[in-house]
Amino acid sequence: MFMLYVILTALWAGLADTPKVREISLEQLQSATLLNNDTLYVVNFWATWCKPCVAEMPYFEEAATKFEGKKVKVVFVSLNYPREIASVDKFVKQKKIESDCYILNAGNPNVWIDKVEKEWGGSIPATLLYKNGKKLFFREGEFTQTELDSIIKTGLQ
Amino acid sequence: MKKTIFLAMAVFLLASSFKPEGGYKVGDEAVDFKLKNVNGKDVSLADYKDAKGYIVVFTCNHCPFSVKYEDRIIALDKKYRALGYPVIAINPNDAVTHESDNFENMKKRAREKKFTFPYLQDESQTIATSYGATRTPHVYILKKEAKGNIVKYIGAIDDNSDDEKAVKEKYVEKAVDALLSGKDAEPNFTKAIGCTIKWKKS
Repeated sequence: MFMLYVILTALWAGLADTPKVREISLEQLQSATLLNNDTLYVVNFWATWCKPCVAEMPYFEEAATKFEGKKVKVVFVSLNYPREIASVDKFVKQKKIESDCYILNAGNPNVWIDKVEKEWGGSIPATLLYKNGKKLFFREGEFTQTELDSIIKTGLQ
Repeated sequence: MKKTIFLAMAVFLLASSFKPEGGYKVGDEAVDFKLKNVNGKDVSLADYKDAKGYIVVFTCNHCPFSVKYEDRIIALDKKYRALGYPVIAINPNDAVTHESDNFENMKKRAREKKFTFPYLQDESQTIATSYGATRTPHVYILKKEAKGNIVKYIGAIDDNSDDEKAVKEKYVEKAVDALLSGKDAEPNFTKAIGCTIKWKKS
């Protein structure tokens, strides 16, 4: 009985330790979101130090729940430095984030920002919507829940 | 049709919650200003009679990227002020929503870090709006020419905010060096991750 307890505790601890945040390159991110299917990918660039980003994360989580069953996938991409992955992981676990979480390792921002979006000056939050391998929408700045919901609704049409 | 709806919605959303896009491009003439420095005195570009140009940096107290770059901004001023390109730092953030960016805290930070350059408050946010600054830090290098102060470079200080030792491209230094030797900055426009400028709620 005691052994069973030990095993279960170890299993539980192992589960809790499973990293939620994975490091991703720009190429990997693009091949995961620029897919030729009718899923609407909602990609949000954020960081733990960015207050407006953190404030709007629940809206994305809410939208992911609200549009469950529809083909919507929310993807959070942290722009914290890759060396901060452990603290970002802890942060999203504390916030109980359900959507996919990555930390971007892409090198010189002056090179990769344009590859994501020419219109993007580099401030966050920044959000892009993709469907069928094409960009549908881009915004540099935050959303309200209503704005986000209506953008996703339009994207789903 | 779908695209039209999307476009209409995007335009509506942008119009409803964001500053209009625009601001300066390289080659434009930059407006002078009269903004309050942390020492209580007003500062204008025209005050610098002997300057060949200016390194105007939109920055602030609260943004971690701005903090990361403070020492590098001081170093830029120390190096280039003597060569005719002083640093002019401007904090455009709304101090009502971001208390750490209010004038008292700007004074405090300038004192703590021993800023060698003026640290000005753009309280009305009109200068940041005219220049088209969107994030902090955001650099505009101006060159004094016969017709006025001409924008020669817009963008990042360098290519690595996290680790100064790992920097490969010192964009601002490269640009000022080029201008000092009578050449154009190359590149003259770069991007970086940064905090949004905290605009006042209209």
